[in-house]
Amino acid sequence: MSKGLNRKGCGWRRRVYSFCVAVGLPVLFAGAVYATGQWVPLAEDDLHDPDNPAIKLLQEPREALSELPFDYPGNQVNWVRALEEGFINPRTNIYPGSEIRVLDLDILMTRVGDQGYVIFPHKQHTEWLDCSNCHEEIFASKAGTTPVTMMAILEGRYCGRCHGAVSFPLSECARCHSKHPHSTGYGLATQAWPPTGAPKMAE
Amino acid sequence: MLTNPEKKHLIASSVLFGILSVWLVLSSPVAAEYADVVLNKRAEKEGMRPVIFSHWFHRIRFRCKVCHSELAFKMRAGANEVTMADIIEGRFCGMCHNGEVAWSVENCDLCHSGKPGLESQIKGSHETGGPGIW
Repeated sequence: MSKGLNRKGCGWRRRVYSFCVAVGLPVLFAGAVYATGQWVPLAEDDLHDPDNPAIKLLQEPREALSELPFDYPGNQVNWVRALEEGFINPRTNIYPGSEIRVLDLDILMTRVGDQGYVIFPHKQHTEWLDCSNCHEEIFASKAGTTPVTMMAILEGRYCGRCHGAVSFPLSECARCHSKHPHSTGYGLATQAWPPTGAPKMAE
Repeated sequence: MLTNPEKKHLIASSVLFGILSVWLVLSSPVAAEYADVVLNKRAEKEGMRPVIFSHWFHRIRFRCKVCHSELAFKMRAGANEVTMADIIEGRFCGMCHNGEVAWSVENCDLCHSGKPGLESQIKGSHETGGPGIW
């Protein structure tokens, strides 16, 4: 074919392309890495008043959040990892007498249409929240008795009370729908299901 | 039909365009205000800027259960009737904002830091626009 001719005729063009790729790709990649995690300064977030003299005293999100484990959605922080891996150690109580309740119990939800089963880990949730934050107002304590649907969640009920507001948004399907119905493994879940032994209250 | 150099040109342009698109998406600024709450039921009527409550700032220091269980903040923006009198008497924000755990109520501008005219609301994430029912 005319392969030789093309190669000969386009040597300069190949060099230009090679140059573009060799220089352009690293520049673009570096740009992407740099640009990811650009938290908007308070004065530009359309919420804080830039004319408030005290704005300089407030902590900038980038200063705090850039130190924490990265996540793509939400405010680009993986808050569960930040807590589990000790990046932060937020206080559990103000009143000395408050009972700190952490429950290690996974709930399997199987009415999921054609999605993966949902594994709800109490552990990660109760590290942050108290039982009373969800039970009995948002969820009944007895598993399987709360009529959770995706539509209701999207409307901000049930899981949607927090997910999409302060915790990872509903665009992250597989983080909840993490267990394939026919698999014996644990999918993307961080914990094994079913839990071994009886449910236990940690600490 | 396209000749070989034209095809290469097309492919190279497409690849570069693709990379550029990904870069543009990644570089779109992050909504740092993810779950920032604007409190303005009373503030501006009483001559103060609206309050901006940042969840991100507080959750680094306190777990959800501190405010939503111990301090009895309902888990829905707008559901809590917070007045300065409450705060001064140690309820709601005043549990910590008393000069001991956190800055005291004399530092008006640190909390009343919102743009004039903002409506009470909660701001969502940069991907989803926030929760549905607020």
